[in-house]
Amino acid sequence: MTEPVITPELIQKHGLTPDEYRQVKEILGREPSYTELGIFSVMWSEHCSYKNTKPLLRTFPTKSSKILVGAGEENAGIIDIGDGLAIAFKVESHNHPSAVEPFQGAATGVGGIVRDIFTMGARPICAVNSLRFGEITNPEVRRLFSGVVAGIAHYGNCFGIPTIAGEVYFDKSYEGNPLVNVFCLGVLRHDQIARGAAKGIGNPVFYVGPATGRDGLAGAAFASQDLTDESAEQQRGAVQVGDPFMEKLVCEACLELLATDAVAGIQDMGAAGLTCSTCETAARAGTGIEIELSQVPQRGPNMTPYEIMLSESQERMLIIVKQGREAEVQRIFDKWDLPWARIGTVTDTGRMVVRNHGQIVADIPAKKIADESPVYQPEAREPDYLKQVRAFNLSQVPVTRNPLGNLQTLLAWPTIASKNWVYRQYDHMVRGNSVVCPGSDAAILRIKADCLPGSANETTTLKADKFIALSTDGNGVYVYLDPYEGGKIVVAEAARNLACSGAVPLGTTDNLNFGNPHNPELFWQLRESVRGLAEACRALDAPVTGGNCSLYNQNPSGPIDPTPTVVMVGQIEKPEHITTQWFKNEGDEVILLGEAADVGDPLFGLGGSAYLQCVLGQKTGTPPRCNLAVEKRLHETVLSLIRSGWVKSAHDCSEGGLAVTLTESCFSQMARETPRYLGAQIDLTAFSSIRLDALLFGETQSRIVISTTAAHAEQVMAAARGQGVPVARIGLVGGDSLRIATGDGALNCRVADLHDLWWNAIARAMK
Amino acid sequence: MNFAVLQFPGSNCDQDCVQVLRNVLGQSAHLRWHKEKSLGGADAVIVPGGFSYGDHLRTGAIARFSPVMQAVRTFAAQGGPVLGICNGFQILCEAGLLPGALVRNRSLQFRCEHVYLKTLTSDSPFTQGISGDQLLRVPVAHGEGCYFADAATLAQLNTNRQILWRYVNARGEADEHANPNGSLENIAGVCSEHRNVAGLMPHPERASEAILGSTDGRHIFESLIQWLTSRKAIQAA
Repeated sequence: MTEPVITPELIQKHGLTPDEYRQVKEILGREPSYTELGIFSVMWSEHCSYKNTKPLLRTFPTKSSKILVGAGEENAGIIDIGDGLAIAFKVESHNHPSAVEPFQGAATGVGGIVRDIFTMGARPICAVNSLRFGEITNPEVRRLFSGVVAGIAHYGNCFGIPTIAGEVYFDKSYEGNPLVNVFCLGVLRHDQIARGAAKGIGNPVFYVGPATGRDGLAGAAFASQDLTDESAEQQRGAVQVGDPFMEKLVCEACLELLATDAVAGIQDMGAAGLTCSTCETAARAGTGIEIELSQVPQRGPNMTPYEIMLSESQERMLIIVKQGREAEVQRIFDKWDLPWARIGTVTDTGRMVVRNHGQIVADIPAKKIADESPVYQPEAREPDYLKQVRAFNLSQVPVTRNPLGNLQTLLAWPTIASKNWVYRQYDHMVRGNSVVCPGSDAAILRIKADCLPGSANETTTLKADKFIALSTDGNGVYVYLDPYEGGKIVVAEAARNLACSGAVPLGTTDNLNFGNPHNPELFWQLRESVRGLAEACRALDAPVTGGNCSLYNQNPSGPIDPTPTVVMVGQIEKPEHITTQWFKNEGDEVILLGEAADVGDPLFGLGGSAYLQCVLGQKTGTPPRCNLAVEKRLHETVLSLIRSGWVKSAHDCSEGGLAVTLTESCFSQMARETPRYLGAQIDLTAFSSIRLDALLFGETQSRIVISTTAAHAEQVMAAARGQGVPVARIGLVGGDSLRIATGDGALNCRVADLHDLWWNAIARAMK
Repeated sequence: MNFAVLQFPGSNCDQDCVQVLRNVLGQSAHLRWHKEKSLGGADAVIVPGGFSYGDHLRTGAIARFSPVMQAVRTFAAQGGPVLGICNGFQILCEAGLLPGALVRNRSLQFRCEHVYLKTLTSDSPFTQGISGDQLLRVPVAHGEGCYFADAATLAQLNTNRQILWRYVNARGEADEHANPNGSLENIAGVCSEHRNVAGLMPHPERASEAILGSTDGRHIFESLIQWLTSRKAIQAA
């Protein structure tokens, strides 16, 4: 078969600049073959190489005494959770594939991240997702939304992993370019950490999993271009098709194999498939690798080397086996009825050599292509629109005359409304460890002995169950209006949610969803928000253990709101510290920790708020500020109160402000169609100097509403004051209505009516 | 007692059943790989939930041909108790060990949430000592749990008191809102004519520990353990 001649057009089609092509020729000392051109194109795509973001990512705090495997080292970071156990976790985006084919795009996103986790030797035990869509009133958005949710459900449910937490925002900027960020967490013993390194000269290289097809050709390169109608149509073939059943078998077989100690290295074939897994494993080990493509199981006839190397067919693994242990691999994969093939050998040449029926089709220095991708420092310029944002002031906003109506509007606003339409489609309880399910500030998962992967020597036995908390956050509107402060708030809110649940942060994984980095204004958004994220992760002791960048997110009408999302994982010391957001008993006191409003903010927390957006139709104003020292003190205080046993419920103030927080605290769910309501009588008349809309709906940061028994209220007040946290007794739990008295009159509504608006809003919109 | 928990490729609630039987209820429980031809001397069989064979073709349609299922058939024919949960229920229906079929949820969506169950008869190894007034709060998690049978079969199920559980609301009424999947007559679980084989869509193993929010599911396992214990006592006597 003759390969295409390499022309400037072909190079451009592969997303390589003339300069990059010169670098390719320098590395090879000659012109590349067509297959090699394809290999360089995917390896140097933003998705694989982080060529535009590397310098920024280096500014994240990535170290702590508990981090066992740090950011960028392997497929996922690993953190110590004590007693010889550790967790591996990471978030990844599947935005572009989901825009083209929502069901398979989202499903394979889950598949990819789950593989990243068991590749580390960890048993995957929970999944989380963070989603963004356009306005739900648009039928095309509803198609994407239901497709993505069904795809995540399909993959996660069948694989058998609880999808235990998530978030969904709806905003016009994501129309046509939804964000699908998926996260997985696994657990393992310290001595079970597997490495993606091709160690041991002469060791055989095995291919495991279903045959390679033409699906998902060069998906990584596709994800690193602007998404346009045209590209979406052309690239439909770049979307992979997932099989969660196959993934379950591959996972179980790999964990069983890893327990035998026959494995020298293991890596999944994710983005850039066979290409990435071979050159990365060789680069990590400082070895070479040689493979023979005719040995690779193939789904279609006449596949070219180019296609085999660039295919992103799903559920495939590359395993480097210790010489002499091949029979064990065969035994285990035969037990699980899985295809496998020996495709190559580890060498000492430092080169990735690819043969097809004996003929060399690619011969590239592994380290150079994996580690020496081009690095850019794109130009950054403050966007013009921010002048208008900063000029916005409240003289343009009349104080509300209908606060109850506003509250009802906010509760039914899809971004604030209950996400039960989503999470009831996910199996969030499988494996029997879901202690706090979706619907509270953070999800809480138990880690018990059967969560651990099998081990030949069982060195570590779990003395007592462990508890981890997870929260995902990322308010893109704040980041759009002020990337630096917005970036800080993304992290602060995740940490606050953990604190409310009784957890101390262990680490963070981030997903940077931004626009085209070659647009200076969009790159400025990215740079500034990373500055905010990094500062907050440092201040709140939540180091970054890895993540993902998704650039080039846009639709025909413009770029998306810059949207860094994070998933933060924390640990809860004792099960009795587990705290949920809903009120527990009649007669309990309601206490606000933090300021009723930030009086130093000219907008009192209304800038960028849900109130401005959904009640007044304005997406503007400088968002609330986040003082990280204040935030940190608040988290420490609420944790110490929880540990004292005084906190019955804790719920942070975020979108929709204090009024929405109080309302949500009145709801919990017993069973299908069986909510539990517990009202409250709230008195905010002490804060009558604050504008009513800002008091009820302002989104001033660093605030938590807790409830406690009347007997403990005074101790709580004293403890909070002692730690320098503003604190106020604002009411009592009880009755079947929520009444909020203010200096401008009271609002009063049956909890059942508020609940109906909040619980059913998305289901009604989807009908 | 000694429980065999079957393990098909794609089972994913197998470990959860072992955990509850072994660590919560103090029984002996072990996983039984689908390629096995015997049940290893088990006193009872649990066919757990999950996606055996990825639900390819039809839920449970391939698993019923696994070698271990022949052993289950023989075991059931001899009166041994078999409990199918979720996908296990689907497999038992496909295998012809239970009447009826489970089809796509009427909402066309997967549903994961707690439901209330009303136990209709204490006359089975799985419902001994569970009173009809004592509603069980147990989660469901399935996409294909809508119980279907023709009119004659339904009539027979009612006459023979083979319907063990119905979905009900918090007041114990089997209304439409309480039904998570559109099952006929709100049927959540049934037993065989000889009453020793039962299946239900809800997951009692996920409601057997206080930390998970409900211990109501334990009653079903405890009933079975009690039934096995008294049968052993009778056999010994």
